[in-house]
Order: sequence, then structure tokens, then C-alpha cells
Amino acid sequence: MEKLLSEMKPLEEGIVKKIKAEGKIKRRLYDMGVTPGVNIVIKKLAPLGDPVEVTIRGYELTLRKTEAECVEMEVKA
Amino acid sequence: MKFALAGNPNCGKTTLFNSLTGATAHVGNWPGVTVDKKEGTYKKLEEPIHIIDLPGINWLSPYTPEEVVSRNFIVDEKPDCVINIVDATNLERNLYLTTQLLEIDVPIVIALNMMDSVKKSGDIIDTTKLSVTLGVPVCEISALKNEGIKELMEISYKAAQTKREAKTVLSQSNLKALIEVATDKLKAKNVESPLFHAIKLIEEDSLETSMHQDVLTEIDPIRQNYVKNEFDGDFEGMVADARYKYITLHFSKIIKKAAKNTNETTSDKIDKVLTHKFFSIPIFIVLMFIVFHLVFSEDLFFLNAIFGLEIKNSGWINFFTGMGYDSMLLEGTNSLEGIPSLGVFLQSWMGWLTGSIIDLVSGWFEAGGVLDTWYAGLICDGLLTGIDAIFSFLPQILLLFLFISILEDSGYMARVAFIMDRAFRKFGLSGKAFIPLLMGFGCSVPAMMATKTFEDEKERDMTIRLAPFFSCGAKAPIWAMLATVVVGSFLGDIFVFSIYILGIVVAILSALIIKAFSKQKEVPPFIMELPAYHMPQFKNLLAHLWEKLKHFLYKASTIITAAIIVIWFLSNFKWAFWQGMVDDISESILADLGRVLQYVFYPLGWSWGVDGWKYTVASITGLIAKEDVVATMGQLGLENGTINLSNAQIYAFAAYNLFTLPCFAAVATARSESTKKGFWVTLLWWLLASYVVSMVIFWIGYSFELFWWLGLIIVLAIIGLIVGLGLTIIHKRKMNKEKRVA
Repeated sequence: MEKLLSEMKPLEEGIVKKIKAEGKIKRRLYDMGVTPGVNIVIKKLAPLGDPVEVTIRGYELTLRKTEAECVEMEVKA
Repeated sequence: MKFALAGNPNCGKTTLFNSLTGATAHVGNWPGVTVDKKEGTYKKLEEPIHIIDLPGINWLSPYTPEEVVSRNFIVDEKPDCVINIVDATNLERNLYLTTQLLEIDVPIVIALNMMDSVKKSGDIIDTTKLSVTLGVPVCEISALKNEGIKELMEISYKAAQTKREAKTVLSQSNLKALIEVATDKLKAKNVESPLFHAIKLIEEDSLETSMHQDVLTEIDPIRQNYVKNEFDGDFEGMVADARYKYITLHFSKIIKKAAKNTNETTSDKIDKVLTHKFFSIPIFIVLMFIVFHLVFSEDLFFLNAIFGLEIKNSGWINFFTGMGYDSMLLEGTNSLEGIPSLGVFLQSWMGWLTGSIIDLVSGWFEAGGVLDTWYAGLICDGLLTGIDAIFSFLPQILLLFLFISILEDSGYMARVAFIMDRAFRKFGLSGKAFIPLLMGFGCSVPAMMATKTFEDEKERDMTIRLAPFFSCGAKAPIWAMLATVVVGSFLGDIFVFSIYILGIVVAILSALIIKAFSKQKEVPPFIMELPAYHMPQFKNLLAHLWEKLKHFLYKASTIITAAIIVIWFLSNFKWAFWQGMVDDISESILADLGRVLQYVFYPLGWSWGVDGWKYTVASITGLIAKEDVVATMGQLGLENGTINLSNAQIYAFAAYNLFTLPCFAAVATARSESTKKGFWVTLLWWLLASYVVSMVIFWIGYSFELFWWLGLIIVLAIIGLIVGLGLTIIHKRKMNKEKRVA
């Protein structure tokens, strides 16, 4: 099922399909290892509902929902 | 020989640097930027090795000063060897930087740190295979336990005597042909490390495209072959993707995960509590309260308030009084009820120390019969007294900074940023700004120092700009004094409380206004690693603290001392300064300046009347240390009973002192921590904010004092204006959104 990373719920798992970001945000996503094909598990949301914490490439990454909107995912069933 | 340490943030680089260089370490600044340059010497080899600790970076792109500094150092200054520290528990991401370092013509040795944690979790990393695959030596170390350091240095020393040709992991990707052409063209231009520059050029890195525009044009036809793939001609993406693909491909061969244990790591367990949906914010408040309590409380753990425990009865105080140190405790603390916290205790000790020095020196002058000379005055009243005012805060500044370092090193600071980010985004800041701003309630100096770890320069400048608006400890005596003279004494506590609130409100408004006027509308990205929790290392904490202390002492001995001397001169001499010192500050140059500047502050209300210049002078001496405002007012005969300002004038005077230039120590810190341009904007903003806010408050208050209905009309008009503006903005945004949707 296709979803944006920002729409995924905690404990959902998926694979990155495409990055639609621009400029600094794009560069940062790539450099933090958010590239097509990588596996991401949503760990939790911050107490105020945003940002989101995910596990990627064996470490914990945090990003805002607006930034997560730029990541298209294929969610595992 | 010269070795550079390179690695990601949180990889243990500081620990390694400290154990390599020990006491030889010193901190400077990289030219032109506010990034620390740490250097030291390793002496356990045949020749001394000069070690340069590069800032912690995730990659070599040109976005932050840290990255530019590291990149230029390795490429241009060619260290004999680059030691790349890699966190073995986070291998995949750490190797990303490694793949970029490998592209520079310089010997590289990989220090695989935290191998003990990897082994403990049951994982196995095949270091031989890692070394063969990457083509560089790999050495297992534990920086924390000081293991493998000697071997690492021996291997690096050997590597430094060889030459290494750059290679890239991208040669296994479809970008190979393009890279080869670009490299050859740059080689023909006699560019050093052509491979590195070629790849950066292909990525359209801003530093490279301006330098090698010709090559970029030449390779353009080949680049066109790549534009029709899933990246739509985004070469940055292609390169990053190829690097990670390579790492993933070889990673599986190098690391053998222990049979997947479902047990959570300790870090996960801690995290579950500290970032809990409901408990995280209360826990944070309690932790912050403890920090402030330990630094500023005069009744530790409320022992006196609850149990009636008094200082005289506690054993450890008897120990000191027995040794004749009772005077130092009596001097600094306001009350002797309860046990002082560490911060207050150290502060009184410091006060006792500087006070004794002043007594000693003035004793010498008195014995020599020269106490009335200008040089005795300069040394005792000017220098030593000024330094005393600043140094009495030093223990609390350092303690606050120590607590910030503990929060930072443990990994909790990143979590606070995670928890608070949502609330700060609206103001153009990220959650990272929260702790520094909160520390502003203690002291602006450590608050500004804490911004050093921000990646975004704009955010750093902004946080520094706002920090003094959070009323610090030294400003509290001003509010306390003014509260006693506010007409209607029951208003005293409300008055003080409202000052603190006013500071927060103006800080928020400042952030919003500056955000609205800045060209760059986007909020800095918040895409960062949440590092695993670590026990902070005592040695590292001490090293941090020592650096800051040295820096502060340097500032204190230069800019701050110079400023103190100037103010001392102005307040002790008349214009005909060759005729000797004045007996009364009211005859001094400063008093005359006050009489002139008084008119500048006329629109603010509090400088009206015959005493107006005195308030002006008090605000100026407040630049040495804010509690000097009270001291100067006392010298000028302004106390409860002699102050005849109306409530509106008092409030405006308080607001002016809250928002104007902070003390010299804070100004000096702001200067060294912000960008050059940012610093001037900051100075301007402080002056502007103090003037405008003070004026607005005075005129609203004054109109109430004239006719209550006039004040009411003005307040209602202002509220109406704000609501109207707000509604227009919301409406505009809605329209824009609808337009975008359409």
C-alpha cells in the first residue's frame, strides 16, 4: 500500500520509494540515509504529535511531519 | 606530523581526542567562522604528532560552516593522515562519511570505536573484511576504556608514511563513466584530489560549480544520459543513493547480527520513560527545576522551609566556621536559613575570595598612604570591584554550563528538542532552542554558549538574540528593589512576576517579527539523529568546562576589563580630568552624559524630572553587571522613599533594563558565538526592543494615570489592532492555501 511517511502510524514498517523534497531538506534526507529502497519503521510520535521518530539503517532518526511528507513509502502489510 | 580526526557527531571523537592529547589540548577558532578548532599533541611516538580535531560532521557537503571547515582542511592543508572514527554500533550511517573521505588523496585509518558495546550485544564485525573492502587499515578501539589507542596511533603513523590514491565506491555504480571523464578533465587542469572534486562537481556542489564551471559545461552532454531515471536528473540523490547501496551491499558481509533478540536495549527503556506521551514534559520540568535549584537555591531541598533546618546547626557549616571561614558565608548569602546550594555556596566563596583580595590590596595602598590617588582608585574601585561583580557569577555560570553539558552528552538534549519542537516551530525556531532559552533565566552567558551545537546559523543568532529577554539572576535585584517602591505595595509580587512574563512575550514577538522580515522563510530542517543514551564522561565534562572557563577568562581580561575601566573613568572624573578625581559621582563625566542622554530617553517617561539623569547613569553602569543598577541608584541616593516615579515610569524603567544591552560578559559571549552580521543585528535589536517596549508601556500606563478611560480606550484600540491584523493574516493564509489546492 502506498502512503506518505507522514501518514504512517507508529510500528508500521515500509520501504522508501521516492523523495520529493528540494534543496536543504532533500540533501539532509539523503545524507541521513533516507534513500529509495531503504527500510523504515515508525517508532513513535513526540508528545505533541509532531515530530516523528523512526528507525532507519539501525539508528533512530527524527523528522517533522512536513519533512516526512516528502517521502513516498510502500507500506508493508 | 599532522593527523586529523574526522567523524560523525556522537561517535566518541571528543573522548578519543582528549585521551590522545591530554593536557596539551587547546581550543581556538577556525578563521572567519564560530566553529571551535581543537588542537593538541600526541607524544608517545618517535616524533610528536600534531592532532587536529575536526568538527563532528555527517558528510562533506557545503551547507554548514563545520562541513566547510573540515572539508577545506583535509583537501587543502593535507594532513599526513586522517583518522576516521566510526561508531561500530551505528556502522551503516557512519560509513557514509567514510565513503566520501576515501575520495581524497590522503592516507586514512579507520578507528572502529565502541567495539566493546558491539561485542557485548553479541554482534560480530569482520574488521579484516572491512579493511580489505575499503582498502584502508581498520583498528578496533574503545575510546572510553582507552583500549587500542596505542595500536591506532602506530598504524596511523605507518600509514602516514605511505601515499594513498583516492578511490571511490561509486566506481561500482552506473555513474562510473561520468566520474572518470570529469576526473580526467580536472586532472588536466592540475586540480589536486581530482576525484573528490569531480564527484562534488557532478553533485552540483555550490563550492565546486563556481570554481570549475568550464568542466561542468564540458561534461554536460554525458550528464544528459542520466536525467531519465527515477531521480529525474537529481545528481545529489544519485550519488547519495549509490553510496548507501554500496554500504548496504557490503555491510551484510561485514557485520553478523546476533540472533535477533527482542529485548529492548537500555537506551530504549530510558527513552520510553523520558519521551513518554504524558510524563515527558513533567519529567523535563522536574529535571530543570533540580538544575536551577542546585545552582541558585539558598535553601537546599527546602530543608529549612520544611524541617526548620538552619545553617548554624548543620555539621559541614560548623566545619567551615571552625576554620574561620564564617565571614565568606555571611557575606554572599542573603539569609542563613537553610543550607545554600552548590551554586550559592561557590558564589559566596568566590565573593569572599575577591572581597579579600580587594581588602588586601586597598590595605597596601592605605599603608602606603596613597589610597586617595587615582591609580589606587583605578585598581580598587574600578578594576577589582568590577571584576568582583562579574566573577561572583562565574561559579553559577560554570555550574549551569556543566549541567547543559551533562544534558547534551547524555543524549537527553536531543530528546528535549524532539519533545518541544512542535511548540517552537511557529516562531521560526526548532526545539533545540528550548534549553538555551530556559537557561537564560539563570544567566545569558551559558545560555549563549549552549547554542554552539546548533547546525543552523540563523537559529543560533536568533537564540542568542532572545536569551537576555529571559530575565537572568543578576536582573532579579533590580526587580526586587523596584517592587518595594511600586505604589500599592501589594502589587510588588505581581510586578516582579509580570516582568518575567513580559520578557517571554517580547521574546516571542521578536521571534515572530524577525521571522516575518527575514528573506529565508523556511524553518531550518529538523532531521537529526537521536543518539543512544550515554553516561556522560567526567573527563569530557571537565574538558568542556575548562575550555569555557579559559574562554571566559580571556574575554574578562580583555574586552570586559577595558569596558570596566572606561566606566570607572567616566564615573570618577570630571571633564577636566587632569584636576583629579571627583568626590561625588554627580560631578562626573558620566553624570553629565546622563544629563544629555536623559533627553534621548524622554519618550520613555522614566527620565523625566531632576532625577532623570540618575536613572540614565544607573542603566549605563548596569552594563558591567546588572545588579550594579541597584548599587548605582543607591550611590545616587535613589532608594525606597526617595524614588518619586509613578508606577508607569517604574514599569517602563524596568522594561528598559530588561531588554537593553545585557552585561558586557553576555555581549562578549554573543559576539564570539554569533555570526558577524548576526551580532550587529542583535545589538541593534536589543537597543530597539528596549526603547520601543519601554515607550509603549510608559504611554499606556501614563494615559491610565491621567484618565482611566483614556487608558482603557488605548488598550482596547491596541487589542483591536492586533486582533484585526491577526485575522487578516489568517485570512490571507487561507486564501493562499485555497489557491494552492486549486
